[in-house]
Amino acid sequence: MGMLFSLVAVLVLTAIAYTGASLNLHGIFGVAVPYLAVLLFLGGFIRKVITWGRSPVPFHIPTTCGQQKSLPWIKHSRLDNPSSTLGVIGRMALEILLFRSLFRNLKTEITDGKLTYGSSKWLWLGSLAFHVSFFVVLIRHLRFFTEPVLPWVNTFDAVDGFMQVGVPHLLLTGVILLAAGGYLLMRRIFNQQVRYISLAADYFPLFLILGIALSGILMRYFIKVDIIKVKELTMGLATFKTTVPEGIGAIFFIHLFLISILFAYFPFSKLMHLGGIFLSPTRNLANNSRAVRHVNPWNPKVKLHTYEEYEDEFRELMKGEGIPVEKE
Amino acid sequence: MAKKPNELFSGIDHKPPRTQWMDTPVEMKKGYFCYGAKPKNLEYIGFPNAREWNPAEADWKLASNWKEIFLEGMENLLKKFRSFRLFMDICVRCGACADKCHFFIGTGDPKNMPVLRAELLRSIYRRYFTVAGKLGKIAGARDLTEDVFKELWLYAYQCTECRRCSVFCPYGIDTAEITMMTRELINLLGCCTEWISGPLANCYRTGNHLGLQPHTITSNFEYMIDDIESYTGIRVEPTFNRKGAEILFVTPSADFFAEPGIFTCMGYLLLFHHLKLDYTWSTYASEGGNFGFFTSNEMMKRLNSKIYAEAKRLGVKWILGGECGHMWRVLHQYMDTMNGPADFLQEPVSPITGTKFENAKSTKMVHITEFTADLIRNNKLKFDPSRNDNVIPTFHDSCNTSRGMGLFEEPRYIINNVCNRFHEMPDNTIREQTFCCGSGSGLNAGEIEEMRMLGGLPRANAVKYVKEKNGVNMLSCICAIDRAVLPPLIDYWVGGVGVCGVHELVGNALILEGEKRESDLRGEPLPGAEEKEEVE
Repeated sequence: MGMLFSLVAVLVLTAIAYTGASLNLHGIFGVAVPYLAVLLFLGGFIRKVITWGRSPVPFHIPTTCGQQKSLPWIKHSRLDNPSSTLGVIGRMALEILLFRSLFRNLKTEITDGKLTYGSSKWLWLGSLAFHVSFFVVLIRHLRFFTEPVLPWVNTFDAVDGFMQVGVPHLLLTGVILLAAGGYLLMRRIFNQQVRYISLAADYFPLFLILGIALSGILMRYFIKVDIIKVKELTMGLATFKTTVPEGIGAIFFIHLFLISILFAYFPFSKLMHLGGIFLSPTRNLANNSRAVRHVNPWNPKVKLHTYEEYEDEFRELMKGEGIPVEKE
Repeated sequence: MAKKPNELFSGIDHKPPRTQWMDTPVEMKKGYFCYGAKPKNLEYIGFPNAREWNPAEADWKLASNWKEIFLEGMENLLKKFRSFRLFMDICVRCGACADKCHFFIGTGDPKNMPVLRAELLRSIYRRYFTVAGKLGKIAGARDLTEDVFKELWLYAYQCTECRRCSVFCPYGIDTAEITMMTRELINLLGCCTEWISGPLANCYRTGNHLGLQPHTITSNFEYMIDDIESYTGIRVEPTFNRKGAEILFVTPSADFFAEPGIFTCMGYLLLFHHLKLDYTWSTYASEGGNFGFFTSNEMMKRLNSKIYAEAKRLGVKWILGGECGHMWRVLHQYMDTMNGPADFLQEPVSPITGTKFENAKSTKMVHITEFTADLIRNNKLKFDPSRNDNVIPTFHDSCNTSRGMGLFEEPRYIINNVCNRFHEMPDNTIREQTFCCGSGSGLNAGEIEEMRMLGGLPRANAVKYVKEKNGVNMLSCICAIDRAVLPPLIDYWVGGVGVCGVHELVGNALILEGEKRESDLRGEPLPGAEEKEEVE
């Protein structure tokens, strides 16, 4: 149900953009909506991070995935169980850039009356491909918002198009993004356990991103638009001197509208794992809680059963056993 | 157990049901839920809504405003714990955690997939604490009803807070945190289990979970002292509540209560005697474990406070802790924060080797395997490992010392020094990927035996593997709950493999001045002596 709902939602959004473009509502779809989306994105993102930040980390709870630092002659696992800030930075970098934890993934199966745990790296590979290609695509798009285009953005383009296939050159990351996104969607649909836990909120961003990638690819290779005019519009957005050139194809407005929806939706969804991963207390703390005291700002006052109360109840029994007491 | 192992095993099906999880009603199946807390226990520790109740009955006798209490409590916890708020928001439901949970592997119940266990509560979070949640089911939200609460309750006690899922989660989402939050809320409504509330009340009053009063503790020690003397010819003389001792020793009370824990305790006693260690036991702080950890952060603090309070009263320099899993999670990650700073203690230094335990310089509490490994490294102990030659051990990493501490090499170093024939279980079942015994976090109750056997299956399966491959006949561990629950688990699924603590093996191999040994600490003839008997 969630899947169908999300697919329909993305199709409806596409239709809205198409209709808007056909009705020449370029001011709305080319300027107002993108600005609004970026505002929602920034405002929502900041608000969410502040909300998280307001809740303290009362206890020191890293999940330790390697040998602790204890005695000097025992080799300690600096990255999987860091004991210092530097180690934590290393752990977080591995986690954020290389998806360290997902790399551990296993598949549990019952075979011949036994449990077995096989290596299962597809999810890791698929997600990494998805995220890295998305990131590169995003960087490449900076060419639409800078004039002259930053030289390193051109480098990204050159490397991305190294195969020099077709005119314009085929950019690999766009294809990888589509393929990896497709894999994640297929996995969600055909892995029965993943399908069982999936919500509309899981399908929607996937369909949305696939729609964005698809419309982008269509625009670059098949249904071409006037790229000079597109850049005029995007530069207008970037410099706050908005202009709406005539004659940009509808496909551009579909692409831009879906991106705007993604931006606006982002802070109110699971996509906030982008910000959240940095704050995860099981990953971003050093395992040094016995060496450095962690302070809980709301450490509660609690009712205790004191030694005096204990001795009052058991004094005679203690004396009988020769256990020293405070009051004879 | 009524069901035979192959019958239980063949019943495991990982295929989810046809109905969506929100539409699949909760079922209180015998063998899968714990008994409700007795009123006298809740009253003793001042918990609300103390009453006679039975989870199997329809009416749980909740307070009339239970829903407000729950939601207010939830809001409060969201404000207090970043982990909670974050883990409610950022899960992408990738499913990497799904088949990492021993309860899901064993039961095949999709609500035991860590992600879905969290969704049970997340659906409430969305409904009452997010804007999109007002849309209801399509947004993954649902109303808090009594049935929903019962479902939360059931699955909060089908999680052992082992954190294995958290190792595999790309954001480190820790189901243990989610379960702890759920249990906090459960306890606001007075719905603790009897297996947990009993030890809570006991520990609050007598200082230990088992409710052992001072004279019972000392008489248990008398038995152990006599046994040690008859097996080794050495009479150890432990002291209790002795002021001015250098070290306070704290271990789970199970270690001086029942087999096979007492053999581990006999190992401690022999080791300390051999070292002439200036240490004392305490009857007031006679529990290392902490069932408060399975209840609420406040209850954990109340019970844990006794350790520092007693160390202060007795004027010791530092604290040494015995073999236990969740006890060490609390000591390592919580104690100093809750009840510190321990500025009345000194930075721990081994009186035998002079080694400074810098990793414990603030909390001032050292793990016994860190202490013993240091002694061995500095050649302070002489061993005859052949005395353990009848033992072919493997080592079970406890969840808490593994994923909440990273204590892996210390126990292995000790075992390899006191035994000749150690074998590891497969890589994906040890160290940070270790499987739970299936009975941690207050779940070792008799009435949920079937679920515990299923939850312990992955652990047992790995033991079976090394038994068949390497002839392993002993499962060593550093946890009191393990020592209590692994024997029946292994008997059920594997058979022919015993369970022991690491310091039992130390006690057997340790060469003591003036010893006369013919048997090990279990009273069994030593490997050599056994052959002699046969010859004669």
